[in-house]
Amino acid sequence: MNANPVAIVVFLILFLLVACLGFVATRWRKADLHSVHEWGLGGRSFGTIITWFLLGGDLYTAYTFVAVPAAMFATGAIGFFAVPYTILIYPILFLCFPRLWSVAKRHGYVTAADYVKGRFGSRTLALAIALTGIIAIVPYVALQLVGMQVVFAGLGIPSTFAGIPNLPVILAFAVLAAYTYSSGLRGTALTAVVKDLLIYITVLTAIIVIPSALGGYGKVFDSIDPKKLLLAGGSDTSLGATFSYATLALGSALALFLYPHSLTGILSSSSSKAIRKNAILLPAYSLALALLALLGYMALAAGIKAMPEYAAGFAGFGDNFSIPALFLHMFPGWFVGLAFAAIAVGALVPASIMAIASGNLFTRNIYKQFINPDCTDRQEGRAAKLASLSMQIGAVLFVLFFPTSAAIQLQLLGGVWICQTVPAVLVSLYTRWFHPTGVLAGWAAGIISGTAMAWQLSLKGSVYPLHLGDLTIPSYAAVLALVLNFVVAILVTLVMNAVSPNKTDETVPADYHS
Amino acid sequence: MDVDKPQESQGRKFHPVYLLLAVPFVALLWVPFYNRIEPSLFGIPFFYWFQMAWTLLGALCILPVYLHEERTRQKDDGK
Repeated sequence: MNANPVAIVVFLILFLLVACLGFVATRWRKADLHSVHEWGLGGRSFGTIITWFLLGGDLYTAYTFVAVPAAMFATGAIGFFAVPYTILIYPILFLCFPRLWSVAKRHGYVTAADYVKGRFGSRTLALAIALTGIIAIVPYVALQLVGMQVVFAGLGIPSTFAGIPNLPVILAFAVLAAYTYSSGLRGTALTAVVKDLLIYITVLTAIIVIPSALGGYGKVFDSIDPKKLLLAGGSDTSLGATFSYATLALGSALALFLYPHSLTGILSSSSSKAIRKNAILLPAYSLALALLALLGYMALAAGIKAMPEYAAGFAGFGDNFSIPALFLHMFPGWFVGLAFAAIAVGALVPASIMAIASGNLFTRNIYKQFINPDCTDRQEGRAAKLASLSMQIGAVLFVLFFPTSAAIQLQLLGGVWICQTVPAVLVSLYTRWFHPTGVLAGWAAGIISGTAMAWQLSLKGSVYPLHLGDLTIPSYAAVLALVLNFVVAILVTLVMNAVSPNKTDETVPADYHS
Repeated sequence: MDVDKPQESQGRKFHPVYLLLAVPFVALLWVPFYNRIEPSLFGIPFFYWFQMAWTLLGALCILPVYLHEERTRQKDDGK
């Protein structure tokens, strides 16, 4: 593919501007960045607006913006499940997470595992929750790199420079690692503001310009294969794709805010009111995502896959190349540069929060618990920074040495795993009935069964066809595993509460309302 | 075990307005209801515009619950 000089220049200017902001943030609301509370949680100081940008920048990642339209492009209606999914997260956010924020603030919890340890008094359960978070997030960070690679290829930047493969991506991530290390969550919050503005400009322009160039939304939908346009309904022998669609939306919605990077974003806000307000304001991003998803159909309508100039991109990145190709086809170079910068910065923001969140988890729930219990605040902060740095290096190595498909498959597994922390983190906000041993047994059952189902599907998809007699129930594996998780947790709790009830709980009901 | 006492003892009784939070789940998880082309809007099939409309409607379902919580919180603080 030919390099596009105007696009590259605009792209580089915007990208460097955002990177500089990340460094400037060390001076923003100046504080002692050596402690985990300040570095890894922004001192719990972000109001409604910064939280809106931070969570928006955090949840709607570069990979989302590339992969959701690509899923529509490749598979049609089923790819649209991201829309109900990202609507259903908000009643959950509104109901459960102000409680978690309150108890975390009262007791100084930085991670979900901190809370679980306080609530259940079990270091083992807390370790299980921390490890689930750390392992689930590595492929998620790696996918952000994949999103960047797609954009670099779209710009025509060669992936090998001076004989070093993937040099552009390595450089971009070095910038990210440097500002994350020096300014922590503050840097991420400032860059998130710019990222979101770029994304909104791109989306609004795209949804006005592209459909009118293609003759209107009606023309776009008319050109789509009718079989792709709707889901296959149920029959006497199967509940059909409509059921898979519902379970995908529900399971993903339950899991989303349990990912360490989402929790870090939530816990960094300055009040529970800021969280409740954001449950009403954040759906604006879901609308943007829905409109972006439809770009997948516009790419089909424009027939970009048949265009020889994009053949190399499709060969390298598969359908993930559809949106970059659509932009290259539709827009002048300067706007392509802006749109691609939006996607690339859209990779930096979540990747940075993910690295910070996993740094927090490692430090609070492994280093402090098992390695150096008497560490000072300064040592704790240092450990978190180094852990987040190694996480970023790990993600780069992952992308360099494994095929893209490995990151996608592991991310899919990560979603199944994270969903298994629902009883420990979400349900426990409302009831103390569950016994830690029961929750741990349920977690293990969920992780093992979920992994087994995904394995049987050869890690190619996440919809498992459960057979009950003659009826096939195609469900998101995370939901099936969660059902088993609950059954095991309830049974073991019944036994354990009779044998040796758990009386440790450092929280009291009043901690959950502030 | 006294730790098992329900947290409603905080004076936070269940109020029917909370049922609004369940509405988006019913609307969006009952997929066969909206898995159809007609009625289309500006050429956009029902399946798509219905779900897009819920990005706004979902937020509107949360708003009354938010206002209710703010009122009860102010009352609590006034006590």
